[in-house]
Amino acid sequence: MDDLLSEFLTETNENLSVLDVELVRLEQNPNNPELLSNIFRLVHTIKGTCGFLGLPRLEKVAHASENVLGKFRDGELTINPEAVSLILQALDTIKSLLAVLEATEAEPPGDDLPLIERLNLCAEGKLGAAAAPAKPAAAPVPPPAPAVAAAEETPVSSSGNLTLDELEAIWNATPGPTSTALAPVAAEAADEPAPSHDLVVPDPDPVPAAAKMPAPAAEAASGAGAGGEAATKESAVAAQTIRVNVDLLENLMTMVSELVLTRNQLLQILRSQKESEFAAPLQRLNHVTSELQEGVMKTRMQPIGNAWAKLPRLVRDLSHELGKKIDLQMLGADTELDRQVLELIKDPLTHMVRNSADHGLEVPADRVRSGKSETGRITLNAYHEGGHIIIEIQDDGKGLAIDRIKQKAIQNGMASEGELAAMSDQQIIQFIMKPGFSTAAKVTNVSGRGVGMDVVKTNIEKIGGTIEIKSQQGKGSTFVIKIPLTLAIVSALIVECAGERFAIPQISVVELVRAAADSEHTIERLKGTPVLRLRNRLLPLVSLQELLRLDDQEGGEKKTDETFIVVTQVGTYTFGIMVDRVFDTEEIVVKPVAPILRHIEMFSGNTILGDGSVIMILDPNGIASATGEMAMGETASKEATSVQATRQEDKMALLLFRAGAGAPKAVPLSLVARLEDVDLASVESSNGMPVVQYRGKLMPLVPIDPGFMIGQEGRQPVLVFADGDRSMGLIVDEIVDIVEERLVVQLTADRPGLMGSAIIAGKATDVIDAGFFLTQAYKDWFGSSSTDGYEEERTLQRVLLVDDSPFFRNLLTPLLSVAGYDVTAVENANEALALCEAGEDFDVIVSDIEMPGMSGFDFAEAVRQGGTRWSGTPMVALSSHASPRDLDRGRQAGFTDYVAKFDRDALLYALQQTLSEQKGAA
Amino acid sequence: MSNAKLPATTKKSKGDEITSGGSQDYVTMTIADQLFGIPVLQVQDVLGHQRITRIPLAPPEVAGSLNLRGRIVTAIDVRLRLGLTSRPKDKPGMSIVVDLRGELYSLMVDSVGEVLSLSNDDFERNPATLDPRWREVSTGIYRLNGQLMVVLDVPRLLNFTTMEAA
Repeated sequence: MDDLLSEFLTETNENLSVLDVELVRLEQNPNNPELLSNIFRLVHTIKGTCGFLGLPRLEKVAHASENVLGKFRDGELTINPEAVSLILQALDTIKSLLAVLEATEAEPPGDDLPLIERLNLCAEGKLGAAAAPAKPAAAPVPPPAPAVAAAEETPVSSSGNLTLDELEAIWNATPGPTSTALAPVAAEAADEPAPSHDLVVPDPDPVPAAAKMPAPAAEAASGAGAGGEAATKESAVAAQTIRVNVDLLENLMTMVSELVLTRNQLLQILRSQKESEFAAPLQRLNHVTSELQEGVMKTRMQPIGNAWAKLPRLVRDLSHELGKKIDLQMLGADTELDRQVLELIKDPLTHMVRNSADHGLEVPADRVRSGKSETGRITLNAYHEGGHIIIEIQDDGKGLAIDRIKQKAIQNGMASEGELAAMSDQQIIQFIMKPGFSTAAKVTNVSGRGVGMDVVKTNIEKIGGTIEIKSQQGKGSTFVIKIPLTLAIVSALIVECAGERFAIPQISVVELVRAAADSEHTIERLKGTPVLRLRNRLLPLVSLQELLRLDDQEGGEKKTDETFIVVTQVGTYTFGIMVDRVFDTEEIVVKPVAPILRHIEMFSGNTILGDGSVIMILDPNGIASATGEMAMGETASKEATSVQATRQEDKMALLLFRAGAGAPKAVPLSLVARLEDVDLASVESSNGMPVVQYRGKLMPLVPIDPGFMIGQEGRQPVLVFADGDRSMGLIVDEIVDIVEERLVVQLTADRPGLMGSAIIAGKATDVIDAGFFLTQAYKDWFGSSSTDGYEEERTLQRVLLVDDSPFFRNLLTPLLSVAGYDVTAVENANEALALCEAGEDFDVIVSDIEMPGMSGFDFAEAVRQGGTRWSGTPMVALSSHASPRDLDRGRQAGFTDYVAKFDRDALLYALQQTLSEQKGAA
Repeated sequence: MSNAKLPATTKKSKGDEITSGGSQDYVTMTIADQLFGIPVLQVQDVLGHQRITRIPLAPPEVAGSLNLRGRIVTAIDVRLRLGLTSRPKDKPGMSIVVDLRGELYSLMVDSVGEVLSLSNDDFERNPATLDPRWREVSTGIYRLNGQLMVVLDVPRLLNFTTMEAA
């Protein structure tokens, strides 16, 4: 029998027996919505599966029942015993249809119109009237009948012949006396004793007897044969799978583990004894144990591909039904996961793929119109990640329609318009997980009844997993399911640190690097923080010993310079874990740690190694969040990655130079006015500071390194920073290059004058803080009211800059100062509002949008609506997201203008525009 | 390895419902010369010295974890739990394995003694002046010949939320 079909039968039969019980319970307490929605879901599942398997008759019955149940659920019909018995009757019909299906692998012909009619009547609320007359008519087609008929039809003739042949063969093969032995057997087989009596009479001539025997016996035999055949068939289906209590398997596994350990001990003993008579049996024990272990493991672990096996067919059928072209890609099908977990995610996965195909992907015409290929793609991807199994369901369709979700939420009374306005897109998306929510414009056969995402969520949460939705309008949506690894086998790297061994899941290990004084890799330190240069990247390092607060038990006697670095990747964050030694990889079974230790997030579990010792399994996620900047919440990190992505797209011209010892240095080129070569002989001293005459003025010279002594002769390159009539020269050793690079400051330094370190042109480079050196030259550089030579009447405009990133504050402050603004920079909206309270006045406020705590939008609203003195002050939003939607949102919140964060010219222009408008209006 | 294998817990002990007249069986042990007792039905195993894996960042009372026939057992240093100094390294010590809500814990003590059947008439509630840390983990005291035996309450002994506060 078709795998799919037999699975369907098992599953549906199970569902039906649950339904029987649940419906009776429902009748007793009709006001239990949970019960009702559970029933609804079960029927929905049956209907759905029937649809895919091409079982129209079953589907029709299920569909009609579902309609009735749907009315119950929506409260349009009240639950009464009549309706319940009608549904039960429908279930009986389904059951009998299934029985036929199981016997013949096809639906019986005919239809169940009377029943369906009654169900429909019931759904319309007219059951009362129709019930009485319809009842007799509703009796379903007696399904076993065709089965028996079918069984009888074929075998009768053929097996009748067969039996005769057989009999004859037996007669021929047996000498006279044994005929008596045959007789009772035949007598037993035959229903009527009469003909068999004939046989009992010992007959010297067998042939006539055989001829006499025929009709009734043969019929009986064939009947028995057919019956037996049916019986074996039934049991064959049942015998293919057998449900075993998980506890039993767990016990079995524990026993096997012990057996393995004992075997290992025995083998250990054997190895020490050269000649032993135990050698051979132990060898066998060894093999048997290994196989047993493998077998038991297999009972629990299954590749996720098993749960996906149905999907290609499902998608194919769907694409026909919906008239869409769908390409289903499945990656990581061999990712193994616990059988129990697999069972539980199977249905959610099916639902989600169905949803993606139905709601997510557009019809070919729409796709072509929006510039995509005709064929939509659904990608399933499964992989292990730090003690979890991640399953992604991704489609390249139209994405979730936020506006439609909003509408629907309002329509269903889930939220008010006001509430929705205050929600982020992410929060709005969550609505699709609420029961009874469906955005499909019409209820299709496939989906759209509002079961689905809530079932998915319930099921996933039942096994302690999470589900995350990412959606991009027009680009598609991604569902990420994260399931904890309760009992999964992983390959782990065993490492040692301070005399203790730990396991690191191999899945998060990228590579191993040996760092020693004599090797090409050495650990460098930035203010005590270890880093490693690895292929033109700076890799932050984490010392396991410090992290776990391990004290070296060996008293540091084995202190070598050698350190191993386990390069580990968590999401997009790569870091190195420093350990003392690296052993082997070993297949381990993750066991959860004792409840009293669950709060330690460095460990994802513990396990027993082959040698019988207990070892803790490190959780790279925990380590990453405990050490790096990754310590932010799930949603925040998502936000951050998108910001980062935008940042990375923005290249910046950087001036590379050398000054003092250490790494090359860099400064944004936009801040540098000119590059000069100063003749050291012309350097004079004024007010204890080296100065040089420059364009008719005195320009102070500032060295990067305070201890730097300016030579007496020769020439020295100088970076000139200018502002109005002031200029300052930064003395450097050598100007290296100008490069276009994404400036991603990776490590922030505490040293004044440095913003941090970044990889520029493939090297670790210090990014200098120009602002710091400007104040070195002129203490009041930023606070001065410079009298502008060229714009007489303009007084210095005051700008309030609100940005949480010190990097951007440092970058923008000099930039705006240079452009002739008086800049006050604060870290967050609260500080800004405090300035307002304090009576400060500004001509314009420039604010970041993504800030921890109060966002830019909230800040703008607070400024605008608070009736503060600032309510008339123009505000310019700075954001990495400058989509039209953001612009709208910004305008609504009260921003005058909206500028992309990296567009320096646009910012200056916007400021100028805003201020001149303001002036015009005033 | 295991000095005595006691029947696995099938029923939860009746340690708390002590009625007068009957008697209770206790596994006795000594910690710092003080006699302690645990209801015999709560005890799964008695172990000799074991190799224990340290668990970094764990509460100090958690000595580590060990492998007991394929199950991972969390070892608790009862001395630290009772506010005593930890056992000198040269004395091997013994452990009593107990089951709490499906998890196994190994209670590290100085030595394990015999099983005593004690009459409920000799039972007494904790004296009010007892060290609060002890009072918290003990259900009462038995008056024996020449010495007193403190009855340990396993669930409370392993309740680490109060332990951290203590």
